[in-house]
Amino acid sequence: MISYLRTFRISAWLGWQIESNWADPFLFAVYSLVKPLAGAAILVVMYSIITKGDYDSPIFPYIYLGNAFYIYVGQLMTGISWAIIDDREHYKTLKYIYTAPVHFPTYLLGRGMARLLVASISVVVTIVFGVLFLRLRIDLAQVDWLMFLLAMALGVNLLALMGLILAGIMLLLVHHSWELGGAVAGALYLFSGAIFPLDVLPVFLRPIGYIMPVTYWLELLRRSLVGSVAQAFPTLAGFSNGQLLLILLGLTAVFGVIAVSSFRWCERRALERGLIDVVTNY
Amino acid sequence: MERVKKDSGLLLFLRTVIARAYPRVIGQQREKSWVFFEIFLPMLSVSAYVFVYRAINAPEEYVGFVVMGGAMTAFWMNVLWSMSSQLYWEKETGNLSLYIMAPNSLMAILLGMALGGLFASTLRAIVIVGLGSWMFQVQYAVASFSQLFAVFFLTMVALYGLGMLSASLFLLLSREAWHLSNLAQEPIYLASGFYFPVKNLNFWVAVGASLIPLTMGLDAMRQLVFPSGATLGFLSVRVEIGILCILSVIFLAGARQLLGTMERLAIREGRLTESRR
Repeated sequence: MISYLRTFRISAWLGWQIESNWADPFLFAVYSLVKPLAGAAILVVMYSIITKGDYDSPIFPYIYLGNAFYIYVGQLMTGISWAIIDDREHYKTLKYIYTAPVHFPTYLLGRGMARLLVASISVVVTIVFGVLFLRLRIDLAQVDWLMFLLAMALGVNLLALMGLILAGIMLLLVHHSWELGGAVAGALYLFSGAIFPLDVLPVFLRPIGYIMPVTYWLELLRRSLVGSVAQAFPTLAGFSNGQLLLILLGLTAVFGVIAVSSFRWCERRALERGLIDVVTNY
Repeated sequence: MERVKKDSGLLLFLRTVIARAYPRVIGQQREKSWVFFEIFLPMLSVSAYVFVYRAINAPEEYVGFVVMGGAMTAFWMNVLWSMSSQLYWEKETGNLSLYIMAPNSLMAILLGMALGGLFASTLRAIVIVGLGSWMFQVQYAVASFSQLFAVFFLTMVALYGLGMLSASLFLLLSREAWHLSNLAQEPIYLASGFYFPVKNLNFWVAVGASLIPLTMGLDAMRQLVFPSGATLGFLSVRVEIGILCILSVIFLAGARQLLGTMERLAIREGRLTESRR
């Protein structure tokens, strides 16, 4: 156990160095905040043009919070899988890490932690910006903190497991397939109702949203922060908070099983085919 | 022994342009996963933003604005990743020093890259417009085909001129080139009004964003192809065409000037073969 924790700690530190040491701290902070704030601002401008700045409508916190928390999906899930490409093709260190006495999946999860930290700062700043300047109403006394923390814990684990699934697949792919992570994150953005209620999707696409665990995670986060949003949209209104938590827990467990088994299978295939140290840079 | 005939002058310049454009045109079609991702990813963003507009009951022409903006992201991504930061990739893979040593113009190499990338991106943009228009039933009413062609042509000249200019700036960069390109996505989508009319931004923000050719190009094209576009335009189409002409000249001349300066600086500081990882 101590060995796992040490691997996790050191790889998290390594991930942080890779993410941040190309610039001085101020420039890195600006870089980390400008992108998510600009992404949120696109939606805010679109919304304000059409609704003439009606920030009191429940659809506004729905869109704004969904988009803010979605930063975790892009950063954590794709961050873990990106470590494969980065270490194998760019730094050419994957073979050394793989042959070192460390638990490889733990190393990858640790690499994702730096992205988790950056994402957390971005999410907090985005939400604070919304509260201060866009009349995003979050009453700290009314927030269901227990549900929020439970949902966050489950969600972070879920995203890390999804990242591990992608990392396994990346082991078998050439480096120019790096956009796979972005494609999965983009698909989840569309189908999980992150920035619009699922009812807006065509009927035949909605079932995809219902099997995505991110859908339930985002709904729980919205309900814990602004409970009134749940009643405004019928998509998941039929589910109680407890039911949503159970669904998320169940789906996280399912993804856990899939992640472990698929990563093992991909790892074995990569070893058999000599892909651990392959450089496909062309 | 027969001596090999060497090209020089304009012929060498043109042959370099064709030689550098060739891998862009052929290579980018040959790698099927790139074709898929470069169409699929913008389509996901386009669809998400269309559904946001539908969720807030926006007028249907905004759906068309999003489709057009999504298609233009293909060009911006190409300029960012395959023009601006291209010399950084070449440095990483060890090709940059070969480019510099070869007896041809670096400007010709950049021009070849631009023309090849423009061709490949145009194909992707056409597919995105076609798919988006079909999926979301977008209606077009072109006011003037000649103006539309002029706007598109000038936008591309100015945009790829900007790409060539920034490529020379990126010559000095290392790992930060990747991050800078990454940073220049969402903020530019916001400032240039990729998903909404730029007129809705603060006037001076829109003026500042007009330095990016896609801001003027998108605004003018929307005015020309959508019935209500003219009422939502930032400036008149004629003024925007004039601005695009000026930007084209400035960026192309600036790229030529800066490339020489940066090349000399990079050689003097030993940046052409460094790899700061």
